[in-house]
Amino acid sequence: MTTARSVAVDSLEAVLSVSDLRMRYGTKDVLQGVTFKAERGEVLALLGPNGAGKTTTIEILEGFRMRSGGEVSVLGTDPAQGKEAWRAKLGVVLQSWRDHGKWRVRELLNQLGRYYAPYSTEQVRRPWDTDELIAAVGLTEHANHKVATLSGGQRRRLDVAIGIVGRPELLFLDEPTVGFDPHARREFHDLVHRLSDMDDTTILLTTHDLDEAEKLADRILILAGGRIIADGSADALAQKMSTEAEIKWTRDGERFVHSTLDATKYVRELFAEYGDEIGDLEVRRATLEETYMEMVRRFETGQADSAVRAFEEVTK
Amino acid sequence: MNPTWTPYRAGLSRGWSEFKHAITTPSEVIGTLFPSAIAIIVMIFLRDVIVDGASVSLASMTLPSLLGMNIAFSGLMGVVGQLSIEREDGTLLRNKAIPGGMTGYLIGIVISVSTMSVIALLLVLAPGMFLFEGVQFNGITGVLTFIWVIALGLFATMPIGAVFGSVFGSPRQIGLIMLPITGLIAISGIFYPITALPEWVQWIGQVFPIYWLGLGMRSALLPSEMAMVEIGESWRHLETVGVLGLWAILGLIVAPIVLRRMARRESGSAVAARREKAMQSPMR
Repeated sequence: MTTARSVAVDSLEAVLSVSDLRMRYGTKDVLQGVTFKAERGEVLALLGPNGAGKTTTIEILEGFRMRSGGEVSVLGTDPAQGKEAWRAKLGVVLQSWRDHGKWRVRELLNQLGRYYAPYSTEQVRRPWDTDELIAAVGLTEHANHKVATLSGGQRRRLDVAIGIVGRPELLFLDEPTVGFDPHARREFHDLVHRLSDMDDTTILLTTHDLDEAEKLADRILILAGGRIIADGSADALAQKMSTEAEIKWTRDGERFVHSTLDATKYVRELFAEYGDEIGDLEVRRATLEETYMEMVRRFETGQADSAVRAFEEVTK
Repeated sequence: MNPTWTPYRAGLSRGWSEFKHAITTPSEVIGTLFPSAIAIIVMIFLRDVIVDGASVSLASMTLPSLLGMNIAFSGLMGVVGQLSIEREDGTLLRNKAIPGGMTGYLIGIVISVSTMSVIALLLVLAPGMFLFEGVQFNGITGVLTFIWVIALGLFATMPIGAVFGSVFGSPRQIGLIMLPITGLIAISGIFYPITALPEWVQWIGQVFPIYWLGLGMRSALLPSEMAMVEIGESWRHLETVGVLGLWAILGLIVAPIVLRRMARRESGSAVAARREKAMQSPMR
């Protein structure tokens, strides 16, 4: 499958390399052979319905969870064996709740940044200057406020600031905008864009929201049924899916609907047979969103296997 | 900069910040002062009670014992409380995500718990020395004894606290160890001389640090003739060092193993699950 050349390139370029990753809890296989790669500077969205194994995957990559099988390399290291110097190159954005409530924003970032000082290099100064960082996430006005007094959106920006205080090469974000109002979500998206532009940071985020994945990611990996069932940019995925189309028309005042893989051929035949009798012709390709939503719906109603198969059929 | 020492230095500053937060948070200050205030008030009523063979009042005997108990209690429960709360709220996980963060986190706990313990102790000792006759340092050796007993006491109790704090899944389970500790206090000669108890109970009391911390504090703060009412008619410093030292060694061997096991299991979803549970719990 992989050629010798691509292997050589991978070892230089791949920030993340996951191959046949498996995770089993008791008798339940949550991940059954997840495979993907990420290159430097890429923003990847791991998209999938709730319970698809996104969090499990990201926690294995963060080194917070032991895997049952498969090969994983994060910045050239197996996360299960990652040492402190490896950890210094990672950023993990965690969901805060009540932790560090008595700390002030600047004080907390100062404290957490200290640990990165030994890992500073000529190219990358570590940690991030606290006031610059606070400005970058838009918390300057709240720099001296206690964490407990921040609003949900402000807290989330602090979470991001904590995740990037060590200027990570690779940043993990698990369901970053859960519980956000549209405004906070938009601000957060801007922040992620700025991050990926600024330092060539590779970002892996999980989401169950296709819209968010489309907005943020260079590449979308759809995780369902314990496997990656689609991998590509939003455009590429949408194009792959354009094979299925719905054709509507009327003839003798009667309405017809037909789904087919080759719309052009079908329409040509339709006209060859009925000619002028055909009216109100409409050819509509299913959007990525519709197909994805259908897959999620089936997944959530317990038809996981058929949902995944149907989706794969379409995106093949 | 050297990556080996950075987490230790960061931990020191973490502990210092936590200490500052504690003394500027009214609820924590009251929580620290309240038991001490109660203890002093109770002892004022005991000022005229004299135990057979003693040259000072029961209040004067109880005060140093109480200080010893406070060390054991705040050393143990301080760590248990902080660990279990911060495991639930995600503080620990945040530090785990940082290079050397767990080391710094633990140093921070040690600093903040020990400074708060010592401050709480001094807040009882200062008024106690004025209020109760016979309570004073026995010269420079008394001061030195006072210091080593506190230090050894914290070493003996904080690692055990770390073990319990790691074992308990949530702060709401802390109550489980309060009962046995209260029982231990009752047989550790804190509020009444241990010699008044049956001998087999005395033996149980002498296994645990609370008795020895009380004894050590009495030896530092009471007139030397008061040793006559103790077991063996002596302050038994050697035995004090032995028992407290054994607890310290035991704790320092077991705590890192348990802490590492506990920390390895921490992850975002573990914290999220606990948060979920805590929010559903009617006890919040």
